[in-house]
Amino acid sequence: MKAKENTIALLVRNRPDVLARIAGTFSGGGFNIESITANITKTPETTKIIITTKGSASTMEKLKKQLNRLVDVLSVDDLTGRMASRRELVLFRMKWSDETRPAVMAAVDLYNWKVVCMDDRYCVIEVSGRKDSIDRAIQLLDPLGLEDFSRSGMVALEKFKPE
Amino acid sequence: MKLTGSQVLLRTLRRENVDVIFGYPGGVVLPIYDELYKEEFRHLLVRHEQGAIHAADGYARASGKVGVCLVTSGPGATNTVTGIANAYMDSIPVVIFTGQVPTGLIGSDAFQEVDITGITRPCTKHNFLVRRIEDLASTIHEAFHIARSGRPGPVLVDLPRDVSQATIEEEDIRDDFNTLNGLEKPQQEDIAKAVEMIRAARKPVIVSGGGVLLGKASEELREFVRRTGFPITSTLMGLGAYPGSDPLWLGMPGMHGTYYANMAITGCDLLVAVGMRFDDRVTSKVDAFAPDAQIIHIDIDPVSIDRIVRSHLSIVSDAKTALGLLNAALAAGGPVPVERTREWMEQIDAWKKRVPLRFSEETDRIKPQQVIRKLYELTKGEALIATEVGQNQMWAAQYYTYDHPHTFISSGGLGTMGFGFPAAVGAQVACPDKTVVDIAGDGSIQMNIQELATAVQYNIPVKIVILNNQYLGMVRQWQQMFYGRRYSHTDMSYAPDFVKIAEAYGATGLRASRPEELEAVLKKGLETPGVVVMDIRVEKEECVYPMVRPGASIADMELGVELPADKAAPTNGGEDPQTRSFN
Ligand SMILES: Cc1ncc(C[n+]2csc(CCOP(=O)(O)OP(=O)(O)O)c2C)c(N)n1
Repeated sequence: MKAKENTIALLVRNRPDVLARIAGTFSGGGFNIESITANITKTPETTKIIITTKGSASTMEKLKKQLNRLVDVLSVDDLTGRMASRRELVLFRMKWSDETRPAVMAAVDLYNWKVVCMDDRYCVIEVSGRKDSIDRAIQLLDPLGLEDFSRSGMVALEKFKPE
Repeated sequence: MKLTGSQVLLRTLRRENVDVIFGYPGGVVLPIYDELYKEEFRHLLVRHEQGAIHAADGYARASGKVGVCLVTSGPGATNTVTGIANAYMDSIPVVIFTGQVPTGLIGSDAFQEVDITGITRPCTKHNFLVRRIEDLASTIHEAFHIARSGRPGPVLVDLPRDVSQATIEEEDIRDDFNTLNGLEKPQQEDIAKAVEMIRAARKPVIVSGGGVLLGKASEELREFVRRTGFPITSTLMGLGAYPGSDPLWLGMPGMHGTYYANMAITGCDLLVAVGMRFDDRVTSKVDAFAPDAQIIHIDIDPVSIDRIVRSHLSIVSDAKTALGLLNAALAAGGPVPVERTREWMEQIDAWKKRVPLRFSEETDRIKPQQVIRKLYELTKGEALIATEVGQNQMWAAQYYTYDHPHTFISSGGLGTMGFGFPAAVGAQVACPDKTVVDIAGDGSIQMNIQELATAVQYNIPVKIVILNNQYLGMVRQWQQMFYGRRYSHTDMSYAPDFVKIAEAYGATGLRASRPEELEAVLKKGLETPGVVVMDIRVEKEECVYPMVRPGASIADMELGVELPADKAAPTNGGEDPQTRSFN
C-alpha cells in the first residue's frame, strides 16, 4: 500500500508528559512524525496537537487506535482528505547582496509576503501558506541568498464540523 | 485536622479497599514507612522489589482486585520494571508506588534519582508524578480507576519525598477526578449478526483468552458454550475460565497446543475469539491460522482488533457484556441446531482419540508430565497453580486440569522467569484457604528464590514443586531441535541443594529422585504445613510436545511420537502434521 501524508488532530489533556507519551506511541509503533505543532485551545485544560505523518490507510488505523488508548488523549481526528484549512508559517533569513536584493523584494511584493525586519546585511521574511507553496518559496529563495529558515510545521482546522 | 502526604496516601488506599501492600523501604519513602509503623496497615516486606511487584500481580490475578506495591526511588523503582512489563503484557491491574527525590531535586541527578515515569512510560497503562499534595488523593484514585477499568493494566504513581511530608487540611483533600470516557455498548445489530453467523456455522470453534478472566465472565462463557454446544479452546492466559474436564474442552492451542485444538482451529469455518489478542505463540504463521474461518472477535481493546488477524465481525466490549448479550439473543431465538455441527463434532472426537496428549512413561526415571498428573490427582484439581516459565509452564498448562477461574497463574505475554514463586506468594495472600503450588524449573526458581524468606516470615504456606532437569529446559529443547544438540550454556547442573536451601530459610525441603518416591514426596509436601520445597529430579532431556516450529502453521505439529495409522484423516483440516521423533 502507498504511504501518503496524513494529518491527525489530537485533543489532549494539558498535562506534563503528554507529548512524551504521544511521541512514544509513534516511536514504539515504528511511525515517523513529519511535523508536529501543539498549543492550548479555548479551554486551557486542553491542548490541540496537529501531527503530519506518512503511512498507508491500514497503518493509520492502527496508529489512531493506539493514540486513542492513551489516557490523556481526549479525541483523535483524522483530517486526511477532509475539508480543512492547512497552513504553515516560515521565517526565512536572507543574506543581502546587490544582485539578489531586487529579485527578493520583487518576490515579496508579488506573493504578498511580509518583511519582518531588515538591515543592510540581512532581512527576515515571513511566509505562510500550504506546504507546497512553502516548498516553492524555498526553491525560489535558495539561489537568492537564503541562509536559514524555521518552519512551524502544519496547523490545520476543519472548515466546518460535520454533524 | 492536618494530614501529611503519607497519611493521605494510607487514607486513600483504605478508601480503595486495599488490604495488603507488598513493599520494600528506602530513604525517600521513610515518611510513608513511618506512617505504616504507626497504623499497622498490612504490609509484607519482600526481599527484592521484583518480588513485590510479582506478588502484587499474583494477588491481583488470584483475587480479581487491584494489587499494590510500594518501593523506594532509584534502584528500588528500577527493580520493579520487569514486573511492571510483565503485568502490562498480561493486562493485570496493579498500582505501583515509587518514592522519588524531593521535587526541588528532580532532574539534578540526585542520590537515588531515576526518571521512573520516563522509564516505565512504554510498559504502564499510565503513570503519574505527583508534584503537589493537593493532587495526591485524586491522583491515587485515578490510578486505581485506570488500573482496573477497560483493559486493565499497571499504573505507577511516583511520590516525591516532600509531597509525602507536606501537610494539608483534611477538608481540602480532593478525592474526585475526571472520569475517562466509558466504553460504548455493543451494537445490537452486531450481536444479531454474530448470532446469525453462529447459527449458520457447521464447523465452529471458540477461542477464549485472558480477557474472559479479567472481565469476570467465565459464567457467561460457560453459558455461551452450553447454548451453542461449540467446542472450546483457550489461550494460556484464559485457562480455567472454562472447565478443563468438560467434554467440549479442547485444551490449549498454539505452539504447545493439543493436536485437536490446533486441527480444530485450522479446519473450522467459524472462530469466535473472546478476550484474546492472537499472540504469535497462539497463531504461529498467521496466514495458516483458521484459514477457512469467518472470525468474530470480541475484545475490550480496539487496538487488538484487526491488528494481527482480520475479523469479519468485531465487537468492542468487555467479555461479560458481549457474551451476556449473545446469550440473551441465543436464548430468544431457540436452540442452535446440533445437526449442523454433528459431523464436525465427530471429526473432533476422532482427532482427540487419534492424538491425545501423551508422553511415554518410564519406570526408572520420573517424567515431568507424570509429576503434574500426580499433583492433579493429589490436589483433586482444587489447587491454585502458579508457574515459572519454560517447559514447567507448558506441562503445567497441558497436564493439570483447570476447572475454576483464577486458578492458573502464569506469565503469558512477557514470559518472565522468576515470576511464579513471588506470584504464588501474592496468590496465597489473596486466597489463604487454598493450596497454592508453584510449579518451577530449576533455572527459574533461582531467579527469585530469596522470597523464601518472605514466605517463611509471614507464614505464607506456598508449595514449590521444582521439575529439576538440571537444564534451562525449554532453551535446551530448542537447542536440541534447531541447533543440532549444541547445548550452549544451558547446563544448570551446578546448582544449590534445594532441600538445604529450603531448610536454611526455615522451610521444609523434600526430594524425589525415583518414580516410586514421587507420590509419597508430593503427598508429604502438600500435607506439611508451611512453606515446602520439593526437589523432583526428572528426566533431563524430556521435550514438550506437541510443538509447532516458530513460523510454521499450527497444523504442522511435531508430536514426539509416531502417529498411529490414520483411520480418521482430517477431512478438511489442512495438511497432516509432520511427525518427527527426537527421543
Ligand atoms: C528472565 C528471563 N530470562 C530468560 C528467559 C529465556 N528462557 C525461557 S525458558 C528458559 C529456560 C527455563 O529453564 P527452567 O526454569 O529450568 O525451566 P524448564 O524449561 O527446565 O522447565 C529461559 C532461559 C526468560 N524467559 N526469562
